[in-house]
Amino acid sequence: MLVPLLTALASCGSESATTTLDVSAAASLTGPFAEIEKAFELANPGVDVVLNLASSSDLVTQIIEGAPVDVFASADIKNMDKVAEADLIDGVPRVFATNSLRIIVAPGNPLGITGLADLARPGLVYVTCDPNVPIGRYAQEVLDAAGVEVTPASFEENVKGIVAKVTAGEADAGIVYTTDVLAAGDRAEGVDLPADLNVSARYPIAVMKSAESSAAARRFVDFVDSSEGVAILIRFGFGTP
Amino acid sequence: MSRRPKRRHTPIVVAVWAGVAIAFFALPFIGILVRAPWGDLPDVVTDRAVRRALWLSLRTSFVASLIAGILGVPLAWVLARLEFPGRSVVRAIATLSMVLPPVVGGVALFTSFGRRGIVGQYLDDWFGIRLPFSTAGVIVAQTFVAMPFLVLAVESAFRQLDTRYEEAASTLGARPFFVFRRVTLPSVRPALVAGLVLAWARALGEFGATITFAGNLPGRTQTMPLATYLALESEPERALVLSLVMIGISFAVLLGLRERWLTTALPEVRT
Repeated sequence: MLVPLLTALASCGSESATTTLDVSAAASLTGPFAEIEKAFELANPGVDVVLNLASSSDLVTQIIEGAPVDVFASADIKNMDKVAEADLIDGVPRVFATNSLRIIVAPGNPLGITGLADLARPGLVYVTCDPNVPIGRYAQEVLDAAGVEVTPASFEENVKGIVAKVTAGEADAGIVYTTDVLAAGDRAEGVDLPADLNVSARYPIAVMKSAESSAAARRFVDFVDSSEGVAILIRFGFGTP
Repeated sequence: MSRRPKRRHTPIVVAVWAGVAIAFFALPFIGILVRAPWGDLPDVVTDRAVRRALWLSLRTSFVASLIAGILGVPLAWVLARLEFPGRSVVRAIATLSMVLPPVVGGVALFTSFGRRGIVGQYLDDWFGIRLPFSTAGVIVAQTFVAMPFLVLAVESAFRQLDTRYEEAASTLGARPFFVFRRVTLPSVRPALVAGLVLAWARALGEFGATITFAGNLPGRTQTMPLATYLALESEPERALVLSLVMIGISFAVLLGLRERWLTTALPEVRT
C-alpha cells in the first residue's frame, strides 16, 4: 500500500526516459564534480548525474551497507581498497587526480603562521579530522614527519568541516587540500608546506558492480579522465597523476 | 482517564494501520538488535573512549535539562499567564529551535556565541570565555534545542491550572513569588517532570548543533551521538554497540515516564 505511494513520490520530478547515475565522491571533489556533472549531462542527454558528497570513509560505509552507488571517487587509495575488499568494484580503479596539502588560515594570516611548527603554539585552535578520514590521516602523517605534536580542538566530519571552522573564525588553522584553500577564495588563506614533507594524495575512481547502467557509469569515469574533465580538475587546483 | 475500549469495538482498518505504524517504528530497532555484535558489548562499553563519551553525554544533558528548567519555567509562566502584544511571536521564537534542523541551530549559535559572534566576541575579549570546542559549548547547544520541550509542556500545564488555589493563597496574604513557589509550581509537577525528562532526552540525543557549534573532541565535546556517528565511518560494529547503549538508556527513560506524564506533556499550543 505504502510502497507504490513512496515510489510515486520519489520518482516525482525526474523525466521519464532518463538514466540516473549515482556518483559518490569525496568532499574535496565538491567543486570540480559539480562542473563535471553539468558538462557530462550536456554531452549525455538522458543521463541525470546525482552527486553524493561526503568524506571518503563515510561513503565507503554507505556503499558497503548497500547504498545504490554507480560510481565512487575516493580521496585516497585506502578507502577504495576497502570497497575492493568487499568485492563491489567492477573492473579496476583508475587514479584520475592528485592533490597536495596546505595549512588553511584566516584571510591576512593574522597569527602569522609560517609553518607546521606554529600549529603547536599554545592557545592556537587547530582542527582536523579523524585519521580514518583521508585528510585526517594525511595531516597526521605530515605532522609526524615534521616532528610536531599538535593537540586538535576538534575532529571534524570531513575536510569541508575544517574549512568551515576556519572560515567562520572558530578555528585558527587546519591542514587541508590545496584545492580547498583555492575553493575558499578570499575567505581563507593558504600557507605552503615544505615540499619534502608534503604528501601527494591520489584520487581513484571506479564503477561499482551495483551500477544499474554500467555503460553510463563507464562513460562518466571516462569523461572525468578525459581532457575536458582534467581541464576542470586542473582549474580547481588538482594535479594529474 | 477514560476506560479502555473493549477489543471488539476496535475497527479492523484502524488496528491494521496501527500495526503498520508499530512495525515501522520497531523494525529499525530490531535491525540493530539482530545485527549488533553482542559479544563485543562488554568490551565496547568498558572501553575508555566510550565511557568518556557516555559520561560526557550524561553530564552535559543533565546540566542542559537543569538550565532548561531554570530558564524555561519562568518563560512558560510568562507565556501562559501574561497577556502582552507579540506573545505568539515570543512563543514562536522560544520553540523555533525545536523544529529547525539542528545544524541550523549550530550555525545560529556560532554567529551569536562563537568566537566572532555578536555576543561571543565580547565573551572572549572581556572574560576570555570561548564556547566553541568546549564542554560548555555542548551544554549551550543542548539547552538551545532541548528547552522548547520543557517550555511547551509546562506552559500547557500552567494554562490548564485552576487559578482558584493561587487566588486563595493571595487572598490569605501570600506574596506573588511565594504563591508561585508553593502553589503554582507543585501543581504542575507532573508536567514539569515530564518536560525535564523530554528536554533531557532531547539533549542526550543532540548531534547536529553540537558538532556544528562545539566540534568533536573525545573527552571534551564528543558526546555519544557524535561518537556513534564517527564510529560508523571506521568501525561500523562499534557504532552498532554504541547505538544499543543509547537505545537502552532512552528506552528505559521512556518506560519510566508514566503514561499520564507523557499525555499531559504533549503540548497543546494555542495562539
